[in-house]
Amino acid sequence: MKALLVCEQREGKLLDTSYELVAFAERLGAEVSLVLVGKEAQAPQVAAKLYLADVDKYGEYSPELHKHIVVAAVLKENPDYIIFPHSSYGWDLAPRVAATLRVGQVSEVVNIVDGKLEVSLCNGKLRRTVSPKGARAVLTVQAGAFNYAGQQSGAPQVEAIEISQGSSALQFVGYEPAEKKEVDLGRAEIIVSAGRGVGKKENVAVIAELAKAFGGELGASRPVVDAGWVGHSHQVGTTGQTVSPKLYVACGISGAIQHLAGMKKSDFIVAINKDKEAPISEAADVMVVADVLQLAPVLAEKLRAA
Amino acid sequence: MNILVCIKQVPDMESRFKVNGTGDWYDEADLAYRMNEYDEYAVEQAVQLKEQLGNQPEITVLSIGADRVGEALKKALAMGCDKAVQVQDNDSARKDPWQIANIIAAYAGDKNFDVIFTGMQSQDRGSAQVGVTVAELLGHNCASTLVGFEYADGVVTAKRELEGGVKSVVKVPVPALVTCQLGLNVPRYPTLPNIMKAKKKELQLVPVASLLKEEAATGTEKLYPPVKSGGGIVLEGDLGDIADRLLGILKEKTTVMK
Repeated sequence: MKALLVCEQREGKLLDTSYELVAFAERLGAEVSLVLVGKEAQAPQVAAKLYLADVDKYGEYSPELHKHIVVAAVLKENPDYIIFPHSSYGWDLAPRVAATLRVGQVSEVVNIVDGKLEVSLCNGKLRRTVSPKGARAVLTVQAGAFNYAGQQSGAPQVEAIEISQGSSALQFVGYEPAEKKEVDLGRAEIIVSAGRGVGKKENVAVIAELAKAFGGELGASRPVVDAGWVGHSHQVGTTGQTVSPKLYVACGISGAIQHLAGMKKSDFIVAINKDKEAPISEAADVMVVADVLQLAPVLAEKLRAA
Repeated sequence: MNILVCIKQVPDMESRFKVNGTGDWYDEADLAYRMNEYDEYAVEQAVQLKEQLGNQPEITVLSIGADRVGEALKKALAMGCDKAVQVQDNDSARKDPWQIANIIAAYAGDKNFDVIFTGMQSQDRGSAQVGVTVAELLGHNCASTLVGFEYADGVVTAKRELEGGVKSVVKVPVPALVTCQLGLNVPRYPTLPNIMKAKKKELQLVPVASLLKEEAATGTEKLYPPVKSGGGIVLEGDLGDIADRLLGILKEKTTVMK
């Protein structure tokens, strides 16, 4: 079985998701080749064939051109799987490649179960195994689901790749950096996060008070940030910050897959939720079945007294 | 200008899901359905674009599914879409993203839509494929995961959400398809007069067989609840008691409790 891994770089830096693809391909038992629109200096340190297209020529974000580059590598390599990270780059590019090749796509693979591709659905409440119908398929792989453990010291055999299509209808204007951070969750030892289950903006203060009693920082899930209850710098998850504190307390967070991916590497996870079956229970070391708005003040009081 | 919005009706994600009798999907009985959250942002952005252009554009809203999707279509009409299309399909849950995209592209093919809005993914399947694939099939320009949308002189200026709070700005000439991320705008609540007005708007019914010519490219083998990693301690009961037990566990198992 052969897999072509579509690596990802941004502003001159190779993204770690590229190595997660290598880990995933190892789990599949696939022979690997890679493709990257970038520079040789950022080449993934993997002992495999690397098709390299020059980012200066083809642009950092020009998906029509990147699509033709990946397809050109597919024609040379003839892989069974073309594998992307399930990221803003991957989920944008993968369907374009799948449609061009007229092959099926399986999105956001989280595991391989008995040789089958497993994906999550309904906010992580269900899982299913999916099979592509044809001989070839496009896959995207969930960020953080497959960890690259091995040494990153292989030397790729670089082959330059060129395409005849030269211009993009899309015009990339530039990046907008993340908002200035109110908090740096990446350095916090304890994070206490509020989810949609806290009900309304005023109740976030109850969770903030608990965070303070723990001597930790306040985190939040995406819906809480989208609703404007707290600033974006508090957001934990794939579109916010990925964190791994010594203690993570999830308050009223159901555990959408994007949130789990951002916090499941925490040393110890406590979930407080009315629903015992909430997907967060999958990641929790301790699942507290309670109304967090009632429990938090009791817990905070005991922490202050301790 | 001609605008299309594609919406999906999904189960309320707070539901308790059960596996169906054949073990390959969730049981659809007893579920409450609503418009896919991402698609509410798509509808709102379409209506805002129409308003920006002096209410000149016509907005068609399309959904694929059984008659229950009429409820989601009515909501979109009440939010400001002009006419609705239900592609009638009692078995839409079994269509894969490739087939769904082909149905939409077959409908849109000869209608010259300038801008097509979709959600960036559905809340149930979450494949994030359909919008981008429709754009590919139609040969339209496409930008995904929008948290900002501006339109002027035939060009969409899209702000895409990347990882870690970073965004990118891309200019996309029409005909364009954009997929909408949560937080793009503030979807309006339909007002009572607009709900009444929506009842008089056109609902066109199109049998799915007239649009779908493609076989599925992927298939679900088996559906099941996640396997619990196990070992997790469950605490229930009196609040004071729970708090004491939790603090005891944290003192024992973590290094952060002094």
